[in-house]
Amino acid sequence: MIQRPGVWLPRVFLYGGALVLSLWVLLPIYFITLAAFSTQDAVYRYPKNLVPRDLSTETMRFFLNSEGIVGSLQRSALVAALTLLFSLGVGTPAGYAIARFVFRGADTFRLAVVSTRAFPIVILSIPLAVTYIRWGIDDSVLGVALAHTALALPFAVLVTSSVFAGISVELEEAAMTLGCSRLSAFRRVALPLALPGLAAAAIFVFIISWNEVFAASILTLRNPTLPAQVLSVLNESPLPFRFAGGFFLLAPSLIVIFVIRKYLFNMWGRVVK
Amino acid sequence: MAEVRFQTVRKTFGDVVAVDDVDLEVEDGQFVVLLGPSGCGKTTLLRCLAGLEKVDGGRVYIGGRDATDLPPRRRRIAMVFQSYAVFPHMKVFDNIAFGLRMQKERSAIVRERVQSAAELLQIVDYLDRYPAQLSGGQRQRVAVARAIATKADVLLMDEPLSNLDALLRMEARAELKALLQKLRTTTIYVTHDQIEALSMGDRVAVMRSGRTMQVDTPIAVYDNPADMFVGGFIGTPPMNFIEAEVRGNGAGHAVHLTGGSFPLATPGVAALSGRKLVLGIRAEAIGVEREPGEGLVRATVVVVEPLGSHNLLTVRMAEETLKVSARPDFFPAPESDVWLRLEPERIRWMDRETKSALERPAVV
Repeated sequence: MIQRPGVWLPRVFLYGGALVLSLWVLLPIYFITLAAFSTQDAVYRYPKNLVPRDLSTETMRFFLNSEGIVGSLQRSALVAALTLLFSLGVGTPAGYAIARFVFRGADTFRLAVVSTRAFPIVILSIPLAVTYIRWGIDDSVLGVALAHTALALPFAVLVTSSVFAGISVELEEAAMTLGCSRLSAFRRVALPLALPGLAAAAIFVFIISWNEVFAASILTLRNPTLPAQVLSVLNESPLPFRFAGGFFLLAPSLIVIFVIRKYLFNMWGRVVK
Repeated sequence: MAEVRFQTVRKTFGDVVAVDDVDLEVEDGQFVVLLGPSGCGKTTLLRCLAGLEKVDGGRVYIGGRDATDLPPRRRRIAMVFQSYAVFPHMKVFDNIAFGLRMQKERSAIVRERVQSAAELLQIVDYLDRYPAQLSGGQRQRVAVARAIATKADVLLMDEPLSNLDALLRMEARAELKALLQKLRTTTIYVTHDQIEALSMGDRVAVMRSGRTMQVDTPIAVYDNPADMFVGGFIGTPPMNFIEAEVRGNGAGHAVHLTGGSFPLATPGVAALSGRKLVLGIRAEAIGVEREPGEGLVRATVVVVEPLGSHNLLTVRMAEETLKVSARPDFFPAPESDVWLRLEPERIRWMDRETKSALERPAVV
């Protein structure tokens, strides 16, 4: 059946646009991944192969054996884990309170939570570094984790509050009429129902920390996290190192977004059932 | 088993008084319905009894104990929520068992009680399912089973049938009533559906703006509304209200309406004379004739609605519009005249200023 251009033309633009945008994002990811798992020679070869041919772990091994990489990888993981612990430890109760309780200044509080992101860390960096040195937590895993917590906490609060807002208050009230205290109603009913959403929030926070480079670069010297380490040696590194490093920073984010996209969509408009 | 007593209970939300000094007593084993339009405070009153809201004044007694400051779990109550509030992450069995397990009952007893509650509500086949796999009606049954399984002293129900479709609701209404008759548990039931209230309750408490306007048996609330609000809220169609005056002439007394007058000789009629009144009368207490006659008032037919069991007539009498229930074979033409007989014994006199009934019948 032949349709009028008015019907299919917008659709062509829509899908065409979507295709261009997707390639814009996906092609670099593809090339980075390809290069990270090629031989070093293949990385330098030009023109590039579009299909994976010389697959090898050579580039990867080269990257991992470079000085400081394994250590910074471990520190990154530790910083991210601490950030997750702090952010959710503080953020989950805050999110619950915002979702459940009507209190004086609730709206202001909500705004204040988001507005912490309005301060550019560039401006804060010098006073922050000075304070850290004074407290003796500069160049340490704990220090970076605290800075990352400050960055990730607003997200943790907002995401967890939207998760709890999606769980009916009546469920907890029902538990309370059936013999639960406030706390045990939370533990037995709200928490299990919130768990998938909280897991999504946790991974999100983990990624914020894992990919954060600016605060980590400023606050560390001899003990950088992976992004800080990669950044500091980027200019004098060979191509294979850059590709492998890029892949290491990229891969967790991609996996995470793939896993939690369901909850992100829930967060943005659709209510968790 | 326990009686419940509200003593000048007050609850405010900011400037809004949701429950305004309510006094209400519910006897052991009684089924009391809190009825009223949305926003009248009926659900808030129920939540005050459940302990889910803190009262701002007054006391709440359950089974003779002052429960005002007790948390919900210490009040020996069970509640069915409007949304059912069935735990989605637990199977039906665990939902029903929840309260029993919180009471640390032995697992043999839990199993036995869950089984018998499930049998009463005919959901034995679904015990192994998750709530998401059930229909709305089945979920409602789970919520009721969960509430009765703990054998609480008082059952609270917050519009438990309002989320069911009309046909299912009628079925569930009768079933729920039968179930509660069997259990003889003190029950407080909130609804905005007056048919539900009339058909289920031992007593009905009609609420408006946070106050109880009338607490009576369903038939008394229907026949002898305490004021024009109750008469207008209860019944389908609501009670007719016509401005009227009673005047004496040498021979006796007569009721004067804008559309006509008719003689009245009920006892106590002399006391009505000269006051500004409103005559309240139910649609089925008005007789309709095709021909004029002694004591009849003329009206013009606007619409005839055949309803099977009877025909509902909308008629105009001077400026007033009345609903009249006529025989199912009575089909007057629109705009034709009919003559109405307002049954004297079934007239309820209201004061035009206070809108309250003149003689309040004794509370049953």
